[in-house]
Amino acid sequence: MRLIAEGLAGERGGESVFSGIELALEDGAACVVTGPNGSGKSTLLRVIAGLLPAAAGTVRLEGGGEAFPTVASASHYLGHQNAMKPALTVAENLGFWRDFSADAETKSGLGVDQALEAVELGRIGHLPFGYLSTGQRRRTAIARLLVCRRPVWLLDEPTAGLDKASERRFAGLMGEHLRGGGIIVAATHLPLGLEGTVELRMVG
Amino acid sequence: MWALYLRDLRLAFRAGSGALTGVIFFLAVIATIPFGVGPDLNLLARIGPAILWIGALLSCLLGLDRLFQADREDGSLDLLVLEADRHMPALTVLVKCLAHWTASVLPLVVASPLLGLFMNMPAAGIGATTLTLLAGTPAIAFIGAAGAAVAVALPRGGVLISVLVLPLAIPVLIFGVSASYGAVNDPEPFLPPFLILAALTLFSAVVGPVAAAVALKYGTD
Repeated sequence: MRLIAEGLAGERGGESVFSGIELALEDGAACVVTGPNGSGKSTLLRVIAGLLPAAAGTVRLEGGGEAFPTVASASHYLGHQNAMKPALTVAENLGFWRDFSADAETKSGLGVDQALEAVELGRIGHLPFGYLSTGQRRRTAIARLLVCRRPVWLLDEPTAGLDKASERRFAGLMGEHLRGGGIIVAATHLPLGLEGTVELRMVG
Repeated sequence: MWALYLRDLRLAFRAGSGALTGVIFFLAVIATIPFGVGPDLNLLARIGPAILWIGALLSCLLGLDRLFQADREDGSLDLLVLEADRHMPALTVLVKCLAHWTASVLPLVVASPLLGLFMNMPAAGIGATTLTLLAGTPAIAFIGAAGAAVAVALPRGGVLISVLVLPLAIPVLIFGVSASYGAVNDPEPFLPPFLILAALTLFSAVVGPVAAAVALKYGTD
Protein backbone atom coordinates (compact mmCIF):
# COMPACT_ATOMS: atom_id res chain seq x y z
CA MET A 1 0.00 0.00 0.00
CA ARG A 2 1.32 3.47 -0.86
CA LEU A 3 0.04 6.86 0.25
CA ILE A 4 0.96 9.38 -2.41
CA ALA A 5 0.53 13.16 -2.45
CA GLU A 6 1.51 15.07 -5.57
CA GLY A 7 1.83 18.85 -5.81
CA LEU A 8 -0.58 19.21 -2.92
CA ALA A 9 -1.71 22.72 -2.02
CA GLY A 10 -4.11 23.80 0.68
CA GLU A 11 -5.87 27.01 1.52
CA ARG A 12 -7.72 28.43 4.45
CA GLY A 13 -10.31 31.16 3.97
CA GLY A 14 -9.10 31.79 0.42
CA GLU A 15 -5.44 32.21 1.42
CA SER A 16 -2.87 29.66 0.40
CA VAL A 17 -1.15 28.09 3.44
CA PHE A 18 1.08 25.58 1.66
CA SER A 19 1.72 24.33 -1.85
CA GLY A 20 3.80 21.83 -3.73
CA ILE A 21 3.81 19.11 -1.06
CA GLU A 22 5.21 15.84 -2.40
CA LEU A 23 4.85 12.73 -0.31
CA ALA A 24 5.17 9.01 -0.98
CA LEU A 25 4.89 6.65 1.98
CA GLU A 26 5.24 2.89 1.72
CA ASP A 27 3.98 0.29 4.17
CA GLY A 28 5.70 0.81 7.49
CA ALA A 29 6.72 4.40 6.81
CA ALA A 30 6.04 7.36 9.07
CA CYS A 31 6.10 11.04 8.22
CA VAL A 32 6.41 13.69 10.91
CA VAL A 33 5.06 17.07 9.87
CA THR A 34 6.73 19.90 11.79
CA GLY A 35 6.66 23.65 11.60
CA PRO A 36 5.59 26.76 13.50
CA ASN A 37 2.00 27.55 14.46
CA GLY A 38 -0.12 28.47 11.48
CA SER A 39 2.19 26.83 8.97
CA GLY A 40 -0.59 24.53 7.80
CA LYS A 41 0.12 21.23 9.57
CA SER A 42 -3.49 20.63 10.56
CA THR A 43 -4.74 21.83 7.19
CA LEU A 44 -2.40 19.37 5.46
CA LEU A 45 -3.75 16.48 7.54
CA ARG A 46 -7.35 17.51 6.86
CA VAL A 47 -6.64 17.76 3.14
CA ILE A 48 -5.06 14.28 3.17
CA ALA A 49 -8.04 12.87 5.06
CA GLY A 50 -10.40 14.47 2.57
CA LEU A 51 -12.12 16.76 5.07
CA LEU A 52 -10.93 19.81 3.12
CA PRO A 53 -10.69 20.03 -0.65
CA ALA A 54 -7.16 20.34 -2.01
CA ALA A 55 -6.51 23.69 -3.70
CA ALA A 56 -4.25 21.88 -6.16
CA GLY A 57 -2.68 18.45 -6.56
CA THR A 58 -3.96 15.05 -5.52
CA VAL A 59 -3.77 12.54 -2.68
CA ARG A 60 -4.34 8.90 -3.44
CA LEU A 61 -3.86 5.47 -2.00
CA GLU A 62 -2.40 2.73 -4.17
CA GLY A 63 -2.87 -0.95 -3.48
CA GLY A 64 -5.69 -0.54 -0.98
CA GLY A 65 -7.77 -3.11 -2.78
CA GLU A 66 -11.50 -3.41 -2.29
CA ALA A 67 -11.40 -2.88 1.46
CA PHE A 68 -9.76 0.53 1.20
CA PRO A 69 -10.66 2.23 -2.06
CA THR A 70 -9.94 5.77 -0.85
CA VAL A 71 -7.61 7.47 1.60
CA ALA A 72 -10.56 8.34 3.85
CA SER A 73 -11.72 4.72 4.05
CA ALA A 74 -8.22 3.53 5.00
CA SER A 75 -7.56 6.23 7.58
CA HIS A 76 -7.97 6.86 11.23
CA TYR A 77 -8.09 10.61 11.76
CA LEU A 78 -7.17 11.83 15.24
CA GLY A 79 -7.78 15.55 15.32
CA HIS A 80 -7.54 18.15 18.08
CA GLN A 81 -10.84 16.95 19.44
CA ASN A 82 -11.24 13.49 20.82
CA ALA A 83 -14.61 12.67 19.18
CA MET A 84 -15.99 11.21 22.41
CA LYS A 85 -19.24 12.06 24.21
CA PRO A 86 -18.83 13.28 27.82
CA ALA A 87 -22.19 11.77 28.84
CA LEU A 88 -21.32 8.23 27.72
CA THR A 89 -18.90 5.96 29.53
CA VAL A 90 -15.43 5.36 28.10
CA ALA A 91 -16.36 1.80 27.12
CA GLU A 92 -19.61 2.93 25.45
CA ASN A 93 -17.75 5.57 23.46
CA LEU A 94 -15.14 3.11 22.22
CA GLY A 95 -17.75 0.42 21.61
CA PHE A 96 -19.70 2.83 19.42
CA TRP A 97 -16.70 3.68 17.25
CA ARG A 98 -15.78 0.01 17.03
CA ASP A 99 -19.26 -0.97 15.85
CA PHE A 100 -19.69 2.03 13.57
CA SER A 101 -16.28 1.98 11.87
CA ALA A 102 -15.80 -1.73 11.52
CA ASP A 103 -17.11 -3.85 8.72
CA ALA A 104 -16.41 -7.40 7.67
CA GLU A 105 -12.92 -6.70 6.29
CA THR A 106 -11.70 -4.52 9.11
CA LYS A 107 -13.15 -6.32 12.11
CA SER A 108 -9.65 -7.23 13.16
CA GLY A 109 -9.14 -4.52 15.74
CA LEU A 110 -8.76 -5.06 19.46
CA GLY A 111 -11.72 -5.47 21.75
CA VAL A 112 -12.70 -2.45 23.83
CA ASP A 113 -11.17 -3.88 27.01
CA GLN A 114 -7.92 -4.82 25.29
CA ALA A 115 -7.65 -1.38 23.69
CA LEU A 116 -8.15 0.27 27.08
CA GLU A 117 -5.50 -2.02 28.57
CA ALA A 118 -3.13 -0.97 25.78
CA VAL A 119 -3.40 2.67 26.89
CA GLU A 120 -3.46 1.62 30.56
CA LEU A 121 -7.00 2.79 31.23
CA GLY A 122 -8.25 -0.72 31.91
CA ARG A 123 -9.93 0.15 35.16
CA ILE A 124 -11.92 3.21 34.18
CA GLY A 125 -14.00 1.88 31.31
CA HIS A 126 -17.17 2.30 33.35
CA LEU A 127 -16.64 6.04 34.06
CA PRO A 128 -18.34 8.74 31.99
CA PHE A 129 -15.85 10.22 29.55
CA GLY A 130 -16.56 13.68 30.96
CA TYR A 131 -14.99 12.71 34.31
CA LEU A 132 -11.56 12.00 32.83
CA SER A 133 -8.52 14.27 32.91
CA THR A 134 -7.14 15.80 29.71
CA GLY A 135 -4.44 13.17 29.38
CA GLN A 136 -6.84 10.30 30.04
CA ARG A 137 -9.22 11.69 27.41
CA ARG A 138 -6.40 11.76 24.88
CA ARG A 139 -5.47 8.19 25.75
CA THR A 140 -9.08 7.13 25.21
CA ALA A 141 -8.98 8.80 21.79
CA ILE A 142 -5.75 6.88 21.08
CA ALA A 143 -7.52 3.65 22.08
CA ARG A 144 -10.01 4.40 19.30
CA LEU A 145 -7.18 3.87 16.79
CA LEU A 146 -6.83 0.33 18.10
CA VAL A 147 -10.44 -0.88 18.20
CA CYS A 148 -10.70 -0.94 14.43
CA ARG A 149 -7.74 -1.68 12.17
CA ARG A 150 -6.99 0.97 9.59
CA PRO A 151 -3.67 1.03 7.75
CA VAL A 152 -3.23 4.82 7.68
CA TRP A 153 -3.11 6.91 10.85
CA LEU A 154 -3.44 10.67 10.42
CA LEU A 155 -2.51 12.19 13.77
CA ASP A 156 -2.83 15.87 14.64
CA GLU A 157 -0.82 16.69 17.78
CA PRO A 158 -1.44 13.17 19.10
CA THR A 159 0.59 13.61 22.27
CA ALA A 160 -1.04 16.88 23.42
CA GLY A 161 -1.77 16.52 27.13
CA LEU A 162 0.03 13.20 27.58
CA ASP A 163 2.61 12.64 30.33
CA LYS A 164 6.08 11.20 29.62
CA ALA A 165 5.10 7.61 30.36
CA SER A 166 2.04 7.82 28.11
CA GLU A 167 4.12 9.39 25.34
CA ARG A 168 6.53 6.44 25.48
CA ARG A 169 3.66 3.97 25.47
CA PHE A 170 2.10 5.74 22.50
CA ALA A 171 5.46 5.63 20.69
CA GLY A 172 5.39 1.87 21.30
CA LEU A 173 1.87 1.58 19.85
CA MET A 174 2.92 3.57 16.77
CA GLY A 175 6.01 1.37 16.39
CA GLU A 176 3.80 -1.73 16.45
CA HIS A 177 1.45 -0.20 13.89
CA LEU A 178 4.39 0.52 11.57
CA ARG A 179 5.86 -2.96 12.00
CA GLY A 180 2.45 -4.34 11.03
CA GLY A 181 2.70 -2.49 7.71
CA GLY A 182 0.85 0.66 8.72
CA ILE A 183 1.47 4.22 7.56
CA ILE A 184 1.55 7.23 9.90
CA VAL A 185 1.40 10.93 9.11
CA ALA A 186 1.70 12.93 12.34
CA ALA A 187 1.75 16.68 12.87
CA THR A 188 3.58 17.60 16.03
CA HIS A 189 6.07 19.92 17.74
CA LEU A 190 7.30 17.19 20.06
CA PRO A 191 9.55 14.32 19.05
CA LEU A 192 7.38 11.21 18.81
CA GLY A 193 10.13 8.78 19.73
CA LEU A 194 9.98 6.97 16.40
CA GLU A 195 13.02 5.96 14.41
CA GLY A 196 13.51 6.13 10.67
CA THR A 197 10.80 8.69 10.01
CA VAL A 198 10.60 11.13 7.13
CA GLU A 199 10.36 14.74 8.25
CA LEU A 200 8.26 17.24 6.37
CA ARG A 201 9.00 20.81 7.45
CA MET A 202 6.27 23.32 6.82
CA VAL A 203 7.67 26.83 6.59
CA GLY A 204 4.44 28.83 6.65
CA MET B 1 -25.89 2.11 11.76
CA TRP B 2 -27.79 0.51 14.60
CA ALA B 3 -24.86 1.54 16.81
CA LEU B 4 -25.31 5.18 15.79
CA TYR B 5 -29.05 5.04 16.50
CA LEU B 6 -28.47 3.53 19.94
CA ARG B 7 -25.71 6.03 20.75
CA ASP B 8 -27.89 9.02 19.88
CA LEU B 9 -30.79 7.61 21.91
CA ARG B 10 -28.53 7.02 24.90
CA LEU B 11 -27.16 10.53 24.64
CA ALA B 12 -30.66 11.95 24.47
CA PHE B 13 -31.73 10.25 27.69
CA ARG B 14 -28.55 10.93 29.67
CA ALA B 15 -28.41 13.94 31.95
CA GLY B 16 -27.94 17.35 30.39
CA SER B 17 -29.07 16.50 26.89
CA GLY B 18 -32.22 18.61 26.88
CA ALA B 19 -34.30 16.08 24.96
CA LEU B 20 -37.28 16.79 27.20
CA THR B 21 -37.12 20.56 26.59
CA GLY B 22 -39.44 20.11 23.62
CA VAL B 23 -42.13 18.31 25.63
CA ILE B 24 -42.03 20.87 28.40
CA PHE B 25 -42.27 23.73 25.90
CA PHE B 26 -45.20 21.95 24.19
CA LEU B 27 -46.92 21.51 27.55
CA ALA B 28 -46.34 25.17 28.43
CA VAL B 29 -47.74 26.45 25.13
CA ILE B 30 -50.86 24.28 25.15
CA ALA B 31 -51.57 24.82 28.85
CA THR B 32 -51.41 28.61 28.35
CA ILE B 33 -53.79 28.79 25.39
CA PRO B 34 -57.06 28.15 27.37
CA PHE B 35 -56.15 30.95 29.77
CA GLY B 36 -55.52 33.34 26.90
CA VAL B 37 -58.51 32.37 24.76
CA GLY B 38 -60.95 32.20 27.65
CA PRO B 39 -63.39 29.54 28.85
CA ASP B 40 -65.33 29.21 25.57
CA LEU B 41 -65.31 25.41 25.35
CA ASN B 42 -66.69 25.26 21.80
CA LEU B 43 -64.05 27.66 20.54
CA LEU B 44 -61.29 25.67 22.26
CA ALA B 45 -62.53 22.42 20.74
CA ARG B 46 -62.65 24.07 17.31
CA ILE B 47 -59.11 25.48 17.38
CA GLY B 48 -57.70 22.49 19.30
CA PRO B 49 -56.15 20.53 16.40
CA ALA B 50 -54.54 23.64 14.93
CA ILE B 51 -53.10 24.69 18.30
CA LEU B 52 -51.72 21.20 18.96
CA TRP B 53 -50.11 21.13 15.54
CA ILE B 54 -48.57 24.59 15.84
CA GLY B 55 -47.30 23.75 19.33
CA ALA B 56 -45.79 20.49 18.12
CA LEU B 57 -44.20 22.16 15.09
CA LEU B 58 -42.52 24.83 17.20
CA SER B 59 -41.41 22.28 19.81
CA CYS B 60 -39.86 20.17 17.04
CA LEU B 61 -37.72 23.12 15.98
CA LEU B 62 -36.33 23.61 19.49
CA GLY B 63 -33.84 20.75 19.62
CA LEU B 64 -32.84 20.83 15.95
CA ASP B 65 -29.81 23.09 16.31
CA ARG B 66 -28.01 20.47 18.40
CA LEU B 67 -28.63 17.67 15.88
CA PHE B 68 -25.23 18.05 14.21
CA GLN B 69 -23.67 20.83 16.24
CA ALA B 70 -23.01 18.60 19.27
CA ASP B 71 -21.17 16.14 17.02
CA ARG B 72 -19.25 18.95 15.36
CA GLU B 73 -18.01 20.42 18.63
CA ASP B 74 -16.42 17.20 19.86
CA GLY B 75 -15.02 16.18 16.49
CA SER B 76 -17.35 13.21 15.93
CA LEU B 77 -18.86 14.83 12.85
CA ASP B 78 -15.50 14.72 11.03
CA LEU B 79 -15.31 10.99 11.63
CA LEU B 80 -18.92 10.42 10.58
CA VAL B 81 -18.22 12.31 7.33
CA LEU B 82 -15.00 10.33 6.78
CA GLU B 83 -16.92 7.05 6.94
CA ALA B 84 -18.68 8.02 3.69
CA ASP B 85 -17.27 4.99 1.85
CA ARG B 86 -18.71 2.50 4.33
CA HIS B 87 -21.93 4.25 5.32
CA MET B 88 -23.70 6.41 2.77
CA PRO B 89 -23.74 9.94 4.29
CA ALA B 90 -27.47 10.39 3.60
CA LEU B 91 -28.15 7.16 5.48
CA THR B 92 -26.08 8.36 8.44
CA VAL B 93 -28.16 11.55 8.51
CA LEU B 94 -31.38 9.55 8.20
CA VAL B 95 -30.42 7.42 11.20
CA LYS B 96 -29.54 10.50 13.22
CA CYS B 97 -32.92 12.03 12.28
CA LEU B 98 -34.76 8.89 13.35
CA ALA B 99 -32.95 8.86 16.69
CA HIS B 100 -33.73 12.56 17.15
CA TRP B 101 -37.38 11.92 16.28
CA THR B 102 -37.62 8.98 18.69
CA ALA B 103 -36.05 10.87 21.57
CA SER B 104 -37.41 14.39 21.16
CA VAL B 105 -40.50 14.26 18.94
CA LEU B 106 -42.17 10.96 19.80
CA PRO B 107 -42.74 12.20 23.39
CA LEU B 108 -44.68 15.13 21.89
CA VAL B 109 -46.94 12.72 20.01
CA VAL B 110 -47.43 10.67 23.17
CA ALA B 111 -48.27 13.80 25.18
CA SER B 112 -50.69 15.20 22.61
CA PRO B 113 -53.80 13.19 23.68
CA LEU B 114 -53.45 14.53 27.22
CA LEU B 115 -53.00 18.07 25.94
CA GLY B 116 -56.00 17.53 23.66
CA LEU B 117 -58.12 17.20 26.81
CA PHE B 118 -56.92 20.67 27.87
CA MET B 119 -58.43 21.96 24.62
CA ASN B 120 -61.78 20.18 25.22
CA MET B 121 -61.37 18.19 22.01
CA PRO B 122 -63.70 15.25 21.27
CA ALA B 123 -62.22 11.75 21.40
CA ALA B 124 -62.25 11.37 17.60
CA GLY B 125 -60.47 14.69 17.20
CA ILE B 126 -57.80 13.74 19.74
CA GLY B 127 -57.25 10.40 18.00
CA ALA B 128 -57.02 12.01 14.56
CA THR B 129 -54.64 14.73 15.72
CA THR B 130 -52.36 12.20 17.41
CA LEU B 131 -52.38 10.05 14.29
CA THR B 132 -51.57 12.99 12.01
CA LEU B 133 -48.79 14.10 14.36
CA LEU B 134 -47.35 10.58 14.28
CA ALA B 135 -47.40 10.56 10.48
CA GLY B 136 -46.36 14.17 9.93
CA THR B 137 -43.71 15.05 12.50
CA PRO B 138 -40.99 12.85 10.93
CA ALA B 139 -41.21 15.16 7.90
CA ILE B 140 -40.37 18.12 10.13
CA ALA B 141 -37.36 16.24 11.52
CA PHE B 142 -36.10 15.37 8.01
CA ILE B 143 -36.59 18.90 6.65
CA GLY B 144 -35.08 20.25 9.86
CA ALA B 145 -31.97 18.11 9.37
CA ALA B 146 -31.24 19.96 6.13
CA GLY B 147 -31.57 23.29 7.94
CA ALA B 148 -29.45 22.06 10.85
CA ALA B 149 -26.74 20.89 8.47
CA VAL B 150 -26.62 24.23 6.68
CA ALA B 151 -26.31 26.11 9.98
CA VAL B 152 -23.98 23.61 11.67
CA ALA B 153 -20.98 25.93 11.72
CA LEU B 154 -22.86 28.89 13.19
CA PRO B 155 -22.62 29.25 16.98
CA ARG B 156 -26.14 30.75 17.27
CA GLY B 157 -27.75 28.82 14.47
CA GLY B 158 -31.05 28.06 16.20
CA VAL B 159 -32.96 31.07 14.90
CA LEU B 160 -31.56 30.68 11.40
CA ILE B 161 -32.65 27.04 11.37
CA SER B 162 -36.20 28.04 12.37
CA VAL B 163 -36.31 30.66 9.61
CA LEU B 164 -34.99 28.14 7.06
CA VAL B 165 -37.19 25.26 8.12
CA LEU B 166 -40.55 26.90 8.93
CA PRO B 167 -41.52 27.85 5.34
CA LEU B 168 -40.69 24.31 4.17
CA ALA B 169 -42.69 22.80 7.02
CA ILE B 170 -45.84 24.83 6.28
CA PRO B 171 -47.32 22.23 3.86
CA VAL B 172 -46.93 19.59 6.58
CA LEU B 173 -48.82 21.85 8.99
CA ILE B 174 -51.59 22.59 6.47
CA PHE B 175 -52.28 18.96 5.59
CA GLY B 176 -51.84 17.76 9.17
CA VAL B 177 -54.42 20.24 10.46
CA SER B 178 -56.85 19.71 7.60
CA ALA B 179 -56.75 15.92 8.09
CA SER B 180 -57.40 16.41 11.81
CA TYR B 181 -60.42 18.61 11.03
CA GLY B 182 -61.59 16.14 8.41
CA ALA B 183 -61.94 13.45 11.06
CA VAL B 184 -64.45 15.46 13.13
CA ASN B 185 -66.23 17.86 10.73
CA ASP B 186 -68.40 15.75 8.53
CA PRO B 187 -68.33 17.15 5.00
CA GLU B 188 -64.57 17.56 5.03
CA PRO B 189 -62.57 14.48 4.03
CA PHE B 190 -59.96 12.84 6.28
CA LEU B 191 -58.17 10.42 4.00
CA PRO B 192 -56.94 12.63 1.10
CA PRO B 193 -55.11 15.20 3.28
CA PHE B 194 -53.79 12.38 5.48
CA LEU B 195 -52.36 10.55 2.48
CA ILE B 196 -50.75 13.76 1.21
CA LEU B 197 -49.27 14.21 4.69
CA ALA B 198 -47.82 10.68 4.57
CA ALA B 199 -46.47 11.40 1.08
CA LEU B 200 -44.81 14.58 2.36
CA THR B 201 -43.10 12.54 5.09
CA LEU B 202 -41.84 9.94 2.61
CA PHE B 203 -40.69 12.62 0.17
CA SER B 204 -38.78 14.54 2.83
CA ALA B 205 -37.29 11.29 4.19
CA VAL B 206 -35.42 11.08 0.88
CA VAL B 207 -34.74 14.72 0.05
CA GLY B 208 -33.94 15.99 3.57
CA PRO B 209 -31.09 13.57 4.42
CA VAL B 210 -29.54 13.89 0.96
CA ALA B 211 -29.57 17.69 1.21
CA ALA B 212 -28.20 17.55 4.76
CA ALA B 213 -25.41 15.16 3.74
CA VAL B 214 -24.32 17.49 0.93
CA ALA B 215 -24.39 20.48 3.30
CA LEU B 216 -22.32 18.60 5.89
CA LYS B 217 -19.76 17.50 3.32
CA TYR B 218 -19.13 21.09 2.24
CA GLY B 219 -19.48 22.42 5.77
CA THR B 220 -16.31 20.83 7.15
CA ASP B 221 -13.49 23.25 7.76
